[in-house]
Amino acid sequence: MKKLINSVENVVDDMLEGLAAAYPQYVKRVPGTSVITRAGGPTKGKVGLVSGGGSGHEPSHAGYVGYGMLDSAVAGAVFTSPTPDQVYEGIKAANGGAGVLLIIKNYTGDVMNFEMAGEMAEAEGIEIASVVVNDDVAVENSTYTTGRRGIAGTVFVHKIAGAKAEAGGSLAEVKAVAEKVIANVRSMGMALTPCIVPAAGKPGFELGENEVEIGMGIHGEPGTHREELRPAKDIAAHLTHKVMDDLKLKAGDEVAVMVNGLGGTPLMELFIMNKTVSEILKDAGVKVHKTFVGEYMTSLEMAGCSVTLLRLDDELKALLDAPAETPAIRQGR
Amino acid sequence: MLRPKHQQFVRGDKRMDKEGLLRLLEKIGQRIHEQRDFLTELDNAIGDGDHGHNMDKGFQAVHDRVLSNPGPDMGKVLQQVGMALISTVGGAAGPLYGTAFMRMGGLLAGRQEASLEDLPRLLDAAIGGIQQRGKAVRGEKTMLDALIPAKEALEAAISAGKPAVEALADAAAAAEAGVEYTKTIRATKGRASYLGDRSIGHQDPGATSSMLMIQVLKETLQERDQ
Repeated sequence: MKKLINSVENVVDDMLEGLAAAYPQYVKRVPGTSVITRAGGPTKGKVGLVSGGGSGHEPSHAGYVGYGMLDSAVAGAVFTSPTPDQVYEGIKAANGGAGVLLIIKNYTGDVMNFEMAGEMAEAEGIEIASVVVNDDVAVENSTYTTGRRGIAGTVFVHKIAGAKAEAGGSLAEVKAVAEKVIANVRSMGMALTPCIVPAAGKPGFELGENEVEIGMGIHGEPGTHREELRPAKDIAAHLTHKVMDDLKLKAGDEVAVMVNGLGGTPLMELFIMNKTVSEILKDAGVKVHKTFVGEYMTSLEMAGCSVTLLRLDDELKALLDAPAETPAIRQGR
Repeated sequence: MLRPKHQQFVRGDKRMDKEGLLRLLEKIGQRIHEQRDFLTELDNAIGDGDHGHNMDKGFQAVHDRVLSNPGPDMGKVLQQVGMALISTVGGAAGPLYGTAFMRMGGLLAGRQEASLEDLPRLLDAAIGGIQQRGKAVRGEKTMLDALIPAKEALEAAISAGKPAVEALADAAAAAEAGVEYTKTIRATKGRASYLGDRSIGHQDPGATSSMLMIQVLKETLQERDQ
């Protein structure tokens, strides 16, 4: 294992310190916790937004704390859900008196830990609502699984629900718009190489020299199948069609696109992927309102990417375009 | 019946006091530590490879926070254990085991000792908490597949009038059989469910850690009776 770390035990702690030191204008760390919250503290009268999850997905989620997006992000150990006491600290730091929305990616541990934290906060009189993001179409959605995983589409939930809260939406309204995003966002990823969880010290799975895994999850969970590496245009087409079919996109629809790098893939390759994604959408008569290409929901040093499409209406478009000032996403006011 | 504090248990005694509980917790922590890499290996195959590491961290916290500063009664101690696990283990195992210990603690509130007859009720409370938190049932390749058979075997043994050591041996055997059973079924809860049929053939790490705890309970009683 070759990593720029000081010790396996301190990776999350050191990362949070470095992040807070880099963006004091937006965020601060709640002392003694793994919570990153807004530099100015909770906004009085505004619905608070809290998300989080295992570390290793940076800039998710602490990178989205700031004006127009999250109020707090709670970091767990690498690929491990944060504990309820930490999430509860995040909720307290986000509470401006108008209730707090928890944005949870659909993993068993995340759902349970956030649920317990929500119960703790409710017992203290904080109004809580929660949404569970499940945008990964690689996983069959049936009663025989935990359900679809939450991946890069979560960032669109942060952006749009965050804008709604900033505009003065009530807890019910912010939750409703978050659910609208969840209903209209789908993603699918693929991996070229595995990643190494620092505490494990070795890759969680192996891929052959010319082998890729289609549909792989952001913690290295299995996807739909493995295959020989093909040209980027074929892989991009496969992912894009899977997502489009699941969304039942049709000519005339309008979307936001995210081509997300998993940590070990250069921007050059992400742009090469986006070339095909944009061509396919154009050929299908689907209008692209806005495209995000970069690292938004990573998986340590895994090479690979995911493609996310969000179907937009006028409300979602306006909220997506609204200003944001966070470490990872900045749009002018 | 009044018993002097810290009284040594006599052979065949069906009771356990707070000191006994603390010793049991210490031994469970040792066993989890010894089996840490094995649990992680099991989890690597069908999960995210952190079960051993996280459980070890949790019982280290039990050692540091609870055993050195235990609450006044058995219920409080079990609740302390629940809180320690909830706040350190993370993942799914933290809330599940944490809730299980909290529920058992609720059942023993204010108590200085527990009897063999309390044990099925304690397991029932633990199982209920795990089911409620994890929304799982038996046969989904989870810790329930070790715990529910163990509880049933224990109830049967008690009804048959077996002594404590034998009843616990039955429970441990049932938990072991439950872990074997998890190899034959498909996971439908937790991260392993993403594997679908590929999860068949692997034993569940959560069922395994539950089995380890019941085995330690059995061994503790056996040692006491020697």
